[in-house]
Amino acid sequence: MDRLSSRDAMTAQPLLPANAGRRRFLTLATALLGAVGTAYVIVPLVESLEPDASVKAAAATTVALSPIEPGMQVTVPWQSKPLIVVHRTPEMLATLQAVETLLRDPNCEVPQQPPECKNRFRSLKPQWLVMVRVCTHLCCTPLYEPRKGSVGPRWLGGFHCPCHGSLYDLSGRVFKGVPAPRNMAIPLYHFSEDEKQVAVTAMYPESKLC
Amino acid sequence: MGRLTAWVDRRFPFSVLVRTSMTEYYAPKNFNFWYFFGSLALLVFATQIISGILLLAHYQPSAKAAFNSVQSIMYDVKWGWLVRYIHTTGASLFFVVIYLHMLRGYLYGSFKRPRELLWLIGVALYVCLMGEAYFGYVLPFGNMSYWGGQVITSIIAAIPYVGGWLASVLRGSFGVGTPTLTRFVAFHAVLLPALLAVLILTHLLALHEVGSNNPDGVEIREHLDARGQPVDGIPFHPYYTVKDMFGVGVFLVVFCAIVFYAPTFHGLFIETYNFSPANPLKTPPEITPAWYLAPYYAMLRAVPNKAVGIGILFAAIIAPFLLPWLDHNPVKSSRYRPVYRWMVIVFVLTLVALGWIGMQPAIPALLPPARILLALYFLFFLSLPIVSRLEPTRPVPERISAS
Repeated sequence: MDRLSSRDAMTAQPLLPANAGRRRFLTLATALLGAVGTAYVIVPLVESLEPDASVKAAAATTVALSPIEPGMQVTVPWQSKPLIVVHRTPEMLATLQAVETLLRDPNCEVPQQPPECKNRFRSLKPQWLVMVRVCTHLCCTPLYEPRKGSVGPRWLGGFHCPCHGSLYDLSGRVFKGVPAPRNMAIPLYHFSEDEKQVAVTAMYPESKLC
Repeated sequence: MGRLTAWVDRRFPFSVLVRTSMTEYYAPKNFNFWYFFGSLALLVFATQIISGILLLAHYQPSAKAAFNSVQSIMYDVKWGWLVRYIHTTGASLFFVVIYLHMLRGYLYGSFKRPRELLWLIGVALYVCLMGEAYFGYVLPFGNMSYWGGQVITSIIAAIPYVGGWLASVLRGSFGVGTPTLTRFVAFHAVLLPALLAVLILTHLLALHEVGSNNPDGVEIREHLDARGQPVDGIPFHPYYTVKDMFGVGVFLVVFCAIVFYAPTFHGLFIETYNFSPANPLKTPPEITPAWYLAPYYAMLRAVPNKAVGIGILFAAIIAPFLLPWLDHNPVKSSRYRPVYRWMVIVFVLTLVALGWIGMQPAIPALLPPARILLALYFLFFLSLPIVSRLEPTRPVPERISAS
């Protein structure tokens, strides 16, 4: 037998086995079932990489409110970020309306805060500002400058970022004409029943830091 | 698909590899139950790598934090219990699978010419696996981990001349502590897995060079058809891939049953004393090794002299390496060697009995049987050169017997 005829003998063998359709269906069904099973196994394996319970437990923090005098602030580390709680006086709250024409987003249309904080005070209770003190420009920590005229002659009080000069009002709303694009983020929080503590639980999912 | 394969093939021998190692790798047509365990070992290696990487994402290698980090894997990490139980069950079942795989080699003479090197690589894999298991055993830093770490490093310290230095390099400290754990992680998660992966590849390359043995122990490559392929061979893919997938299915049922219903396996897979943290001031009341190393431990305890005991231990591990040169009988399979078959059966029972004794408390009553069994273990290897020359054999078929 020469080479050519032996090749003919090979190609003369039937290419498809009997019941080719059934075989293909069974192979596909097996592969599909295997894929579903594999997906079920992968879910717990990938989820095991998520932050564990101890990390999540450390993710919430409570801040005592009684030591914070009117006009004062407390900044605590929370989820590796500075969290500021400001006790605002009625005079400070009055400045919020006065600066509104100078603000980029005075009505808080960008979801940088939970819906219940979408107001001029950006808070659940007007006197308490609870905010992530991270500049939305490049993640610096803005300085708290409550005194009138401390940053500029017409300054009514707010936050001043030392890195690139971004300015925010006393609700963390950003001014026009500065590098920062958005208001600073307000996290999800709630007050204890006696209003002596505030519990900060998580970032508002739609808000962006920097 | 076709164009992509062609593109790859011009740059990398993809299709050639698939052909030579799968679709046109001809394996004997009479593989039986004993031939499941090679592919199962590969499967367990893969699950150990995956679950190990996930454990490493949460494990903290320090004397203070290790035990608690393992507890937090069990309670705080999402699905952490599942990942850890997969890893602990996988460790024990790795040895189950490897022991059955090795027994297959003893039964059918798979270590004989031309497969000596294949066998040597295989035994080297087994020795590496023992090291891998030992380093992993110490990492959770429960009290059994700690004392296991102590005992084995002090065995190494007893090696003449270099032992003391070797033990201090292993421990990285005067005792077993944080420096030990940090380097054991390096050995357990980097050095030995890499070594195992290379050895597995070498093992497979050697296998495909010499071809698989079979229960009859006859060479299928001595009878070729017109196309130059073994008459009694069938392509590995699809025939044996499908057979192995069935084996994988049965294996996974057993694996999952243990993971979900008996993860500690009555103290065999995770020891009871390892549920309390390492305590250098308190030895557990009974120090017993993991079941897969228990036969060697029984041998060690059977000898009253420390140096001799450790010598015996090393000899017991080295003996299987010599098997291809101890057995002189040209007949491979125990099917046609009735005397050798009984020797293998007694050898396996000896190991099981030694394993059982190794896991019992050290009581004097078990010393005489342990010594008899120790003698039986070495008698297998020592008598083989003589028995293999004198034993009667049944006629070996020219080709794989019809069944």
